[in-house]
Amino acid sequence: MYDGGKVVFGLALFVALCTSPLWLSVARGGGGAEAPPLQMPAPAAGKCVRDGEWMRNSHMELLNSWRDEVVREGKRSEQLADGRVIEKSLTKTCLGCHTDKTQFCDRCHDYVGVKPFCFDCHVETAGG
Amino acid sequence: MRILVSLVAVVALYLLAWVGVGVLGLRTLFGTVLPYAALALFVCGVAYRVVRWAAVPVPFRIPTTCGQQRSLEWIKPSPLENPHTGLQAFLRMALEVLFFRSLLRNTKAEVRAGGRLIQGSSKWLWAGALAFHWCFLVVLVRHTRFFTEPVPWCVNLLAHLDGFLQVGVPAMTLSSVVLLGALGFLLARRLVTGQVRYISLPADYFPLFLLLSIVATGLLLRHVVRTDLSAVKEVAMGLVTFAPSPGEGAHWLFYVHLFFVSVLLAYFPFSKLMHMGGVFLSPTRNLANNNRAVRHINPWDYPVKVHTYEEYEGEFREKLKTAGIPLEKE
Ligand code: HEC
Ligand code: HEC
Ligand code: HEC
Repeated sequence: MYDGGKVVFGLALFVALCTSPLWLSVARGGGGAEAPPLQMPAPAAGKCVRDGEWMRNSHMELLNSWRDEVVREGKRSEQLADGRVIEKSLTKTCLGCHTDKTQFCDRCHDYVGVKPFCFDCHVETAGG
Repeated sequence: MRILVSLVAVVALYLLAWVGVGVLGLRTLFGTVLPYAALALFVCGVAYRVVRWAAVPVPFRIPTTCGQQRSLEWIKPSPLENPHTGLQAFLRMALEVLFFRSLLRNTKAEVRAGGRLIQGSSKWLWAGALAFHWCFLVVLVRHTRFFTEPVPWCVNLLAHLDGFLQVGVPAMTLSSVVLLGALGFLLARRLVTGQVRYISLPADYFPLFLLLSIVATGLLLRHVVRTDLSAVKEVAMGLVTFAPSPGEGAHWLFYVHLFFVSVLLAYFPFSKLMHMGGVFLSPTRNLANNNRAVRHINPWDYPVKVHTYEEYEGEFREKLKTAGIPLEKE
């Protein structure tokens, strides 16, 4: 084989890159296979503003439409299907029930690698 | 016809994954078995083909050059067009691999009215190919957020930069939009230009349709069909930690996306996509042009019994002398 050393080096690099997540996970001692546990609100707080399953997947769409409705149309409150009237507010409503952002929103976001920039402006604790 | 065959193949793959997961619920097959098999086939297949190529002897320097070779001191050499040393050849290769330099030289011939032949530079293919490959790389790197825990800061940074336009929530990423556009352009090029269409085969259309399907399902999963990303990451991390997760919460479209990627990986070593490894092994690119400075010996030279002039002169010395023929050695 001509330039065998270089070819073998290149191939080794290729295989190492392709399988790098495996080695990284071994080096970190495994783990991460399961999503981290989330701190759920106490049952007394009441149900979420939408179906829990739906919220898990689509809460960012809800927040986006809330933002547009509040900021552009001035519609600050909404009546839920079960009759509750709530304020469409990121900090006051969401974090009113999900009080510890770091144990709820952040846990999940860090796991899937999303960094919402909303809290560059918005306050992180309700009432604070 | 050739287009239709490829299109039907991709639609069949889509239906297969949809029926497999959406109807029959074969999550372990599509989420664990096939991805592992595809990755093994990809890595081993690519390595095998590269080794086969590397085993072919390249005794002589055959680089294609388009610049002045290094020669006399006062003649200016062109090290990138005509590399003389290994380092120069390396730099030339780097430009080729990272920026597709030889594609930049693509020309186009056209017969204009009156039978006049016109040749001109054509940069569109280069631009499309460059946009496609770089965006594909960015998308690939962004996806490592599913395969690493914790997610490396550089991956988060890349995702942040990629979505800096902050259009929509979750933010639309530039790379995926450009990727879709570039693929569309590369496909349109084959469909619209008569000459290119004439030489295009299913092996050209199929990878394009497959890649388009991957990008389309990916964009749908991000912006339209919302799925549980934690479950998706559990599937990916399950593969990485050899603790497969069934990913109950993930939408069936995610499995279609994953299946398309598995097919791409498995198909890779058998296809023209092997140019990924091949580009490094092109002897017309990766060799230094030092034919005049260094002697390269043909390994297949047959051991011919030679009779040198010196020996010949010694043998016929007397006869040559009498005939009055001048001798090398008196
Ligand atoms: C540049 C600063 C800034 C950023 C970043 C930002 N917002 Fe806001 N947001 C505002 C301002 C200012 C208002 C108006 C506050 C008001 O009128 O009460 C607002 C209002 C809102 C409201 C309705 C009012 C309330 O009390 O919550 C929602 C919901 C909202 N934003 C969601 C978001 C989301 C989701 C993000 C991230 C994707 C985000 N915002 C990012 C500045 C920002
Ligand atoms: C009245 C209290 C309350 C409010 C207000 C509220 N939530 Fe919830 N939320 C809950 C409860 C309780 C659950 C768990 C119930 C369930 O799964 O059905 C939940 C579940 C969720 C989940 C799914 C978690 C999981 O893993 O299943 C998300 C995401 C979420 N909420 C986000 C939000 C966001 C974003 C807002 C603001 C728009 C919000 N919540 C407002 C009480 C609340
Ligand atoms: C069950 C996991 C989970 C929980 C809990 C959760 N999120 Fe999310 N969040 C996600 C996922 C997944 C995305 C979308 C990521 C993607 O599509 O790239 C997301 C995206 C967002 C986005 C859009 C950000 C962007 O840049 O795309 C906002 C805003 C957001 N979440 C707010 C919240 C808030 C506020 C809470 C807490 C009240 C919360 N989330 C809790 C999983 C979660």
